[in-house]
Amino acid sequence: MKNLADLQAIKEKSQNEMKAHSTRVLVGMATCGIAAGAKPIIEALEEGVKMNNLADVEVSRVGCIGLCQYEPLVEVVKEGEDPVTYVNMDVDKVNKVIEKHLKGGEIVEEYTVSGTALT
Amino acid sequence: MSCIQTKSLRNTVFYKKQERVALRNCGYIDPEKIEQYIGVDGYQALGMVLTDGSFTPEKVIEIVKASGLRGRGGGGFSTGMKWHLARTIIPDADQKYVCCNADEGDPGAFMDRSVLEGDPHALIEAMTIAGYAIGANQGYIYLRAEYPLAVKRLEIAIGQAKEYGLLGKNIFESGFDFDLEIRLGAGAFVCGEETALMVSIEGNRGEPNPRPPFPAEKGLFGKPTILNNVETYANIPRIILKGSDWFTTMGTEKSKGTKVFALGGKINNTGLVEIPMGMTLREVVYDVGGGIPNGKKFKAAQTGGPSGGCISDKNIDIEIDYDNLISIGSMMGSGGLIVMDEDNCMVDMAKFFLEFTVEESCGKCTPCRIGTKRLFEMLEKITSGKGEMEDLDEIEQLCRYIKKNSLCGLGQTAPNPVLSMMSNFREEWVSHIKDKKCAAKVCVDLLEYKILADKCVGCSLCKKACPVDAISGEIKQKHVIDQSKCIKCGVCVNTCKKFGAIIKE
Repeated sequence: MKNLADLQAIKEKSQNEMKAHSTRVLVGMATCGIAAGAKPIIEALEEGVKMNNLADVEVSRVGCIGLCQYEPLVEVVKEGEDPVTYVNMDVDKVNKVIEKHLKGGEIVEEYTVSGTALT
Repeated sequence: MSCIQTKSLRNTVFYKKQERVALRNCGYIDPEKIEQYIGVDGYQALGMVLTDGSFTPEKVIEIVKASGLRGRGGGGFSTGMKWHLARTIIPDADQKYVCCNADEGDPGAFMDRSVLEGDPHALIEAMTIAGYAIGANQGYIYLRAEYPLAVKRLEIAIGQAKEYGLLGKNIFESGFDFDLEIRLGAGAFVCGEETALMVSIEGNRGEPNPRPPFPAEKGLFGKPTILNNVETYANIPRIILKGSDWFTTMGTEKSKGTKVFALGGKINNTGLVEIPMGMTLREVVYDVGGGIPNGKKFKAAQTGGPSGGCISDKNIDIEIDYDNLISIGSMMGSGGLIVMDEDNCMVDMAKFFLEFTVEESCGKCTPCRIGTKRLFEMLEKITSGKGEMEDLDEIEQLCRYIKKNSLCGLGQTAPNPVLSMMSNFREEWVSHIKDKKCAAKVCVDLLEYKILADKCVGCSLCKKACPVDAISGEIKQKHVIDQSKCIKCGVCVNTCKKFGAIIKE
C-alpha cells in the first residue's frame, strides 16, 4: 500500500464484498463467547450454509457483542433491516434458525432477544 | 425499564443508552480480516496523518489535547499532554518508544481483552499515529499471557498490517517507519504499573521504580516513552478522523468522551458496556444493567477494582466522571464495575480486595509488603468476631501510612477499598465488632445455624448429611446442632429445603 488511493480501493473492495451477501450472520467469538459454547454453533452454521447452498449468506466470526449474560449470541443482519439478535444459542436452536430464518425468511421469535428481561 | 418488543439488541435499553466509540467495531467486523477493518474506515486516520502535509506531529498532539481525552487505564492524565511531554522534553533524543499497557489485571475487568479480541487493528493504527506524533519508530504492546486469544488475534493483525505496508518502513511512502512488537506478561499484577511494566519489557524482574523521572523523560531503556492503555488508544483513530470537537460533544466538562465498563456482580445484564461520561450510576445499574436480580436491593458498586473504592446507594445519582468519583473516595479505574447487593458484606468485600493486593504486592517496599499483610490480619480479626473498637482507628491509621509511604501505585491505592467501605458503611463494621453480627450473613465465624423446633419433623436428613456429625436427634424427634462441632458449611440448610426448618443467623 503506497497511498490513500490504494487504501480507498481496498475499502471499496471490502465494502462490496460485505454487500455481496445480502445476509451476514455474526457470531460473537471472543473468549467469552467461545467459553459459552460459540464454537459448535459457528461450525453448525458454516455447515448448514454450505449444505443448503445459501450463497447469499456470509457467516462471520466477530468479537465481543457485549452481552455476556446471554452468550452465545448470533446476529442475523439483512441489508436494510434491523438486525435480529438470537440469545443463549445452542446447536439445535441454530439448526432451527438456519431452517426457518436463513432458508425460509421467518424469524424464530422465541430465541430472539425479545423473550428476555432486556426488552 | 421500558417495554418495547424488539428482536434486535440494538433497540434494547441496554444498547440504546450506550455510545460506542472504543468498541465501535467490536461485534461487527471479523478481527482476523484487515480488509473488514479497512472497510469501516480503518487506517484512514493514519493515512490522513501521514500523507496530508498539514498534519504535522504537533498538530496531531494538538488535536488529541483539544479532545480532552484522559487516560482510560484509570489515572485520568491528559493523553495529549503526555504525548506533548514525550515529544518535547528531550528534544534531541536518539530513540523514543510508544508502549501500550494491555496487562489488564483487575479482578472482574475485561475491557481491554474485548478490544484486543474484537478490534486489534484499532490499537495498531493508534500506536502508529502516536509514534508519528512523538517521534518514535518502535512500539511495544505489553499483553498478559493469560489472554491467549487476544495474543493470537493481535499477532495475526500485526502480520497483516506489515503485509499491507501499514507497519514497517516508509508507511504510505511518507518516510515514516514504525514497528510493533508484543511482550507477554507473566501474570504479575504489579506489571500493570507503568515503571514495573517497562522494567519487565526490558527483560528484568517486574518491580516498580520511583517517579520522577517520568517515562516521558526517562522511560523504556532510559528513553522518552509514552505508555497508554488499550482503551485510550482505541479512541484515537476516531478522534483524528472526526475531530476533537466531535469528541468533546460527549461527556462532562472535564471528562470528555465515553468510558467502557465491565459490568459484573449482582446485576441482570452482565456485560461490556460503553457509556458517555456523565451518565449517572443509577442509569448504568437500572437501565443499561437491567437492575439487581431476585428483587434484591442495590447496596454499592465498586469501581477501580482493588485500587478503587465503592459508591454507596446514597451516591447512586452521581454522574460518572473522573473528578466526581474521586470526590466521593472512589476512582474511575480501568473500568471494572462490580455491583453489590444486600447479601454482600462490606467488611468481607474489603478483605477480598485486600487479599488480592497482599498476594500481588511485589515486595520491594516495606509499607506495601508488610503493611497490607498486617492490615489484612486486622480485617480478619473483625470478621472472625474478635475485633475491638480501637481496631477501626488503627486500621485507618495504617491505611493512611501505606498510602503515603508506598513506592508505587499498587501500594498507594491498596488501602482504598478498606477506607471507602469503612467510611460508607461504618455501622456495618461496628456491628461486626460490638454485636458480633454480620448482617449480610457472609462472615461464617459470626453465624449460627439453628434448627427451628416448631418446623423440624425429625426426618434426620440433615443429620445424615452433616460432615462433622454435629447434629443429633432421634427419628421423628426434634434435632439440634452442636455449635461447638458445627463448621458452618451450610449443607444441612440445603437438605432441609422441603421443611425450611434450618436457618442461619
